[in-house]
Amino acid sequence: MSDHTADGLRGLVATFLRTHDPSGDRTGFLRARFDAGLAWVHHPPGRGGLGAPPHLQAVVDEAFAEAGAPDNRPRRNSIGLGMAAPTLLRHASDAQCRRWLRPLWTGEEVWCQLFSEPDAGSDLASLRTRAVPDGADWVVDGQKVWTSLAHRARWAILLARTDPAAPKHHGLTYFVCDMTAPGVRVRPLRQATGEAEFNEVFLTGVRIPDSHRVGAVGHGWQIARTTLMNERVAIGGRPLPREGGMVGVLARLWRERPDLRTGGLHEEVLHAWVRAEAARLAALRLRQLVAAGQPGPEGSAVKLSFAELSQRISGLEVELRGAEGLRHDEWTMRRPAEPDLLGRTATHRYLRARGNSIEGGTSEILRTIIAERVLGLPAEPRVDK
Amino acid sequence: MTDLLYDADEEALRGSVRDLLHAHAPWQRILAAIDGGDPYDAALWRRLVDQVGVTGLAVPVEHGGAGAGFREVAVVLEELGRAVAPVPFLGAVVATRALLGCGESTLLRQIAAGEREVALAVGLATAPDAAPGPVTVGPGPTLSGRVAGVADTAPHGLLLVPAGDGLYAVDAVEPAVRRTPVVSLDATRPLVDIEFTAAPARPVATGAVAATALTAALTAGAALLASEQVGVAQWCLDTTVDYVRQRRQFGRPVGSFQAVKHRLADLWVELTEARAVARHAADRLGVAGAEAALAAALAQAYCGPVAVRAAEVCVQLHGGLGFTWEHPAHLYLKRAKSTAIAFGTADRHRAALARLVDLPAPSFVEPVPDGGAGR
Repeated sequence: MSDHTADGLRGLVATFLRTHDPSGDRTGFLRARFDAGLAWVHHPPGRGGLGAPPHLQAVVDEAFAEAGAPDNRPRRNSIGLGMAAPTLLRHASDAQCRRWLRPLWTGEEVWCQLFSEPDAGSDLASLRTRAVPDGADWVVDGQKVWTSLAHRARWAILLARTDPAAPKHHGLTYFVCDMTAPGVRVRPLRQATGEAEFNEVFLTGVRIPDSHRVGAVGHGWQIARTTLMNERVAIGGRPLPREGGMVGVLARLWRERPDLRTGGLHEEVLHAWVRAEAARLAALRLRQLVAAGQPGPEGSAVKLSFAELSQRISGLEVELRGAEGLRHDEWTMRRPAEPDLLGRTATHRYLRARGNSIEGGTSEILRTIIAERVLGLPAEPRVDK
Repeated sequence: MTDLLYDADEEALRGSVRDLLHAHAPWQRILAAIDGGDPYDAALWRRLVDQVGVTGLAVPVEHGGAGAGFREVAVVLEELGRAVAPVPFLGAVVATRALLGCGESTLLRQIAAGEREVALAVGLATAPDAAPGPVTVGPGPTLSGRVAGVADTAPHGLLLVPAGDGLYAVDAVEPAVRRTPVVSLDATRPLVDIEFTAAPARPVATGAVAATALTAALTAGAALLASEQVGVAQWCLDTTVDYVRQRRQFGRPVGSFQAVKHRLADLWVELTEARAVARHAADRLGVAGAEAALAAALAQAYCGPVAVRAAEVCVQLHGGLGFTWEHPAHLYLKRAKSTAIAFGTADRHRAALARLVDLPAPSFVEPVPDGGAGR
């Protein structure tokens, strides 16, 4: 059966919709869609897919959207979908995939990422959270930080040290941690915006069954790299129409408010527009490369540019607003369900954008990664390897 | 949707052009030709025309061409930029686009067959939205006036001259046409000043057809030049990376210093984006209209400065070596800087974008007393 064409997949969606009512029970519909292999079409059968080429996912998503079917609210489970799922698919056992992938995709179970620690940020491999074997379990103690969605998450991907004597990149193991387990405490971490998207997570004597270990003991770092590469693509890689991102907010403001225009800011707005459009096309080209089965290192470029642009454009918008740029909406601590860069005030965008060059790998680390892994330049002499 | 990748045919075309340039246009030969006072490489151009058929790429099959299109032309330009090859391909493509707009089948056939060299007689710095040139028509079908800084003209070729409200064909060998070579910043792209003194001319198109054809030709020039700029920038990045991996100071490769790495990483990011922008511009030439104009303006607003930065970083990171005549970096610096002016500067294209995407400049208003708001 050659369903692995755009028409073939549209046919499968049409058949599916004949037996499943898109206006009926949301969760039931999404579960059935997963079981039919129409969740991630490039996944193998039984794991939400059909083994089809990845670019056909867009065809399937479009066909469901046209039918008014509910989606899985991807922005509410961005870490699960963007980072945990690709890592599990590549490194987890069959039993683990069966347990976790479906509720992850349907959004029934939200995921978070327990990687960074107060003393292990850019130097992630120096993390100190310990996992000690105890019978069929591991007992985990430590502190994690900068954890988005920890307060909503059912599961976490966790990186912990299992061999303190090994060189730092070799002593780590990758686990899935139940966020409802005893000993997991989540505390909101307020940001410069006044919001708390993030959390501190304290792990005290948390028991994780060995069956929730992903990959071999001591292989955590290699597996984490899969997650981190996907994180960088996930942050910058969504397809946007022209002016679809923050530059659209700036361009509309410029058009609607002739009273704010000055010659110098006109130049800056045009520069920002050009740069944003170039970055958008580069992101589009990256998607085309991935769809054609030639994924390249361009994801790092997309992430770097996105951070730089969102900072520059939001700063420009605050300045363009002049006296209005002095006013903020509120400093109340809120727990947003998803990051919102476009919905609130220019001042909020400006403040939130400062995080873009830190989260998911700082821009400095990314430049070093590009220089060493893409361009093949020699590593700096290091004292910790 | 715009396709920003290269297909198998385009990669094959790239391979044949690259092989040919590798064999016949090493930079040492180009530099020696500059020292000899005649950098234009007629033999290399002949090979590109006869062996690869580059002049037929943009000519449709019904006019005797290969009907390949501007995406393929762009790939050839990437390679020519990468080699700073001294051949008149860009000018030939611009003239081809003008003639396509005029429906000039006979000349298109001659270009495709490599029998005739045609150049658009406008200054290389002319932007797509530039005002009409200084050449006047009359008495009768003759042209008079001076056009400065024209690229890619052949001594025995044909000049396509915008004059009055038309486009005219003038034989470059006419005694009433005087071509004076210019000492150009980029010696690999020789320029001439052309003086027409009642030169006999044949009208090729007039009125709206001529105006549209001229704009389309200059738009194609601006759009396709971006691919040449990508080729220039790619050579500069590759060459610099190779060098800083080998060059050692303080007991380690200079490429292991973070200050060096981060400059090259930034350049790689810009080049990644420039490639997407250039592919977009070449692709959109196939659909013409406002989208082509927008894509071309974006291409020159973005890719020109990237090529210049790449060449400047190349000179800088080669240290003293990069500043010498014996090293090819200066050839790329000169090519990059002059392409940033060719077909209009980045600033000029940003102004064009301001019109095309409705981001108007402020209009002058009387100053009002400050402090009205917020009191």
